[in-house]
Amino acid sequence: MIQPFTTPESGYTLIPKEGAIETQTIEVSMGPHHPSTHGVFRMDVVLDGEEVKRLKPVFGYLHRNHEQLAEKMNWLGSIPFTDRLDYFCSMSNNWAYCHAVEQLAGIKVPERAEYIRVIMAELTRLINHSCLAGFLLSDAGAWGTPLLYAFREREKILDLFESVSGARMMCNYMRFGGVRADVSDDWLACARKVVENYPRFLDELEALITGNEILLARTQQVGILPRELAINASVTGPMLRASGVDYDIRKVDRYGIYDRFDFRVPLGEVGDVYDRYYVRILEMRESVKILQQALRDIPEGPFDAGVKMRNFKVPAGDGYGRIEAPKGELGFYLVSDGGTRPYRYHVRAPSFINLTILEDMCLGHKVADVIVILGSVDIVRGEVDR
Amino acid sequence: METLNQIKDRIEAAVPSVRLAIEGRSLVVDREHLLEVARFLKNDAELAMDYVSNLCAVDWLPRKVKVKEGGQDVEKDLPGFLEVVYDFYSMAKKHGPLQLRCRTDGREGMLSLPSITPLFRGAEFQEREAFDLYGIRFKGHPDLRRILMWDGFKDFPMRKDYQQPDDHEWEPTPHDEVLQQAKKHWPAPSAAPVKPA
Amino acid sequence: MLGNGLLQGLVVTARNFIRSYFDPERLTTVQYPEERVTLPENSRSFPFLVYDGTPDNLRCVACKICEQECPPQCIYIEVERDPKTGKPVRRPRVFDIDYSVCMQCQICAEVCPFDAIKMDQVYELAGTDRFGGMLHDKAALLKSNEYYHQIRPTEADEVDARLSQSKKKVSPPIAKPAAVPPAQPVPPKTDV
Repeated sequence: MIQPFTTPESGYTLIPKEGAIETQTIEVSMGPHHPSTHGVFRMDVVLDGEEVKRLKPVFGYLHRNHEQLAEKMNWLGSIPFTDRLDYFCSMSNNWAYCHAVEQLAGIKVPERAEYIRVIMAELTRLINHSCLAGFLLSDAGAWGTPLLYAFREREKILDLFESVSGARMMCNYMRFGGVRADVSDDWLACARKVVENYPRFLDELEALITGNEILLARTQQVGILPRELAINASVTGPMLRASGVDYDIRKVDRYGIYDRFDFRVPLGEVGDVYDRYYVRILEMRESVKILQQALRDIPEGPFDAGVKMRNFKVPAGDGYGRIEAPKGELGFYLVSDGGTRPYRYHVRAPSFINLTILEDMCLGHKVADVIVILGSVDIVRGEVDR
Repeated sequence: METLNQIKDRIEAAVPSVRLAIEGRSLVVDREHLLEVARFLKNDAELAMDYVSNLCAVDWLPRKVKVKEGGQDVEKDLPGFLEVVYDFYSMAKKHGPLQLRCRTDGREGMLSLPSITPLFRGAEFQEREAFDLYGIRFKGHPDLRRILMWDGFKDFPMRKDYQQPDDHEWEPTPHDEVLQQAKKHWPAPSAAPVKPA
Repeated sequence: MLGNGLLQGLVVTARNFIRSYFDPERLTTVQYPEERVTLPENSRSFPFLVYDGTPDNLRCVACKICEQECPPQCIYIEVERDPKTGKPVRRPRVFDIDYSVCMQCQICAEVCPFDAIKMDQVYELAGTDRFGGMLHDKAALLKSNEYYHQIRPTEADEVDARLSQSKKKVSPPIAKPAAVPPAQPVPPKTDV
């Protein structure tokens, strides 16, 4: 039904003839090769003009059946493959898997190793969130500059990773009961320097983008995720906290040694894209606090529990272990039959499940907003498709 | 949080004719009452399990288990089945986990379980994944399609008896099973070159 | 004022732009390949086989542990057999690693009980053949202990100390010198 409309200046009323304009919805397949969809990811979108009427994410382009591969491999062999889940945060993935296995096998992790793990995981969070801020801006049209500023800082942390684990992204650093190599005092000094300088970069990043009017116009009141829906849809991580739910596994489970650090959990109010961006900035500031405390308090001692990695066996049983990865709750459900291979190995991938409510957030918005909303979900294809 | 036994008693009081069993750290629920139990867990003021964190399927082949009967270890045949594991947490009360398990009848044919997606949106993609990789049909799921494999795919690749299609690709360093498979594709009379020059 | 945030952002970019000419902190790129960053000692790329002295004297005993543990299964080993008796000799006849499959995870080097396989730091590898062009056989994989010392001095010293100690422990009655035979100067291979 076409409504007559009046232009306010002239007071002139236009009455369109019945049936003069016929509108139709069109179906657009966005992707899989769309520059801003973060990899090979497709969205079947039904549009009315520019407005999104329906949206179905389609994925699996990067599916390699990681879980089956892991079930055909011994326990140790899966660690390098967890690097490739969320390739931005390999250290967190390593930790999540080792955490689940340690729970199942009842391995106690020495103090120093726990500190090293916290340091690595929080550095990973800095990498992930600062790159996300860059990518989000890239999705909103600010191509290049903010992303490259974030990459410049990321480089310093990757150098730290490389000098201790040997690789920049696919670190393969953690082992059951500890880590693979100890960190030296020089390394700790370098890490302290990087962490000391990080708030300066965050200030710069915020001066660059937080107050930017174009960003505010593009992100505020866009893609609002209500609190109840967020909980019901199992959304986790910064996305959940941007909707105002105080749920951080570091605080709830207090796994590792997170009960020793003084940090706060930033929460959003509205739950729009801007909140999701800003919660991440605030989380980075909290991560810097944790890092300062961890780098100050790290004790001397052994860096692994002396578990023999060859022919490593886990007692029969099953267990679910989870940690707060930068993107949300990363969990591993493992079933062991007592052998050298897992009987069942399941990854609860945060960005996969966070995509559930992509449609709900996008309905009623414009096509260009879809890209920004997807950017704020923070997905990595390696983890979504597994 | 209450102990598993207390939770079990309360569920039995709230959901009539439910069949529950405690196995390890988890509750095994029968198929017919799964949705009712999940609803109880979600709405109960004490438990408030509003968050289903993890949902995944496990394929159990027929196997022998040792059971104690009259003071003796007796080997019993256990039929194979597919099992779905649910890990519930509470965001409101910040406790958990509570693990539920629900099993299908055997491993063959149309296997179906009730879907909890009407109660928990978070199960939507995870149930689709379990359907895609294990072939469990979730009754009441709004949009049960393949999610990771392509639409035309026939089999369920995560089943333990899944046979990989014989789509041989040349591998430079074949081992064991791959070597056996690869040999089938090599020209028979020649002296089977392990690797082309 | 509308546009304040925009201007502030532009000031940041302008400051970064100007400082990139003066401040070494902001000069983050190097002119590869003329300039190169020095790799940290722990940096790893692909595995290679270590030999002591001469290439026949390789440390690998073809125990096949790395072959079993390798996650992407890129190692292929055949044991050498004595031509007369047919009994296996503790040496590999074939030792292949497909670098196009290898994912540089270091697990082979980690599980090797003989310190025979170590991670290299060569990263400039290119080939024209997609199938097998990156397949490295034993001859291509062998590199001297001196080369290993050159790329990872600290780790190599530890390994040498450990090996000489275990040799002393295992074979005290044998009158063979425990130390490695005097090494011939073997230039490190870089043209892989």
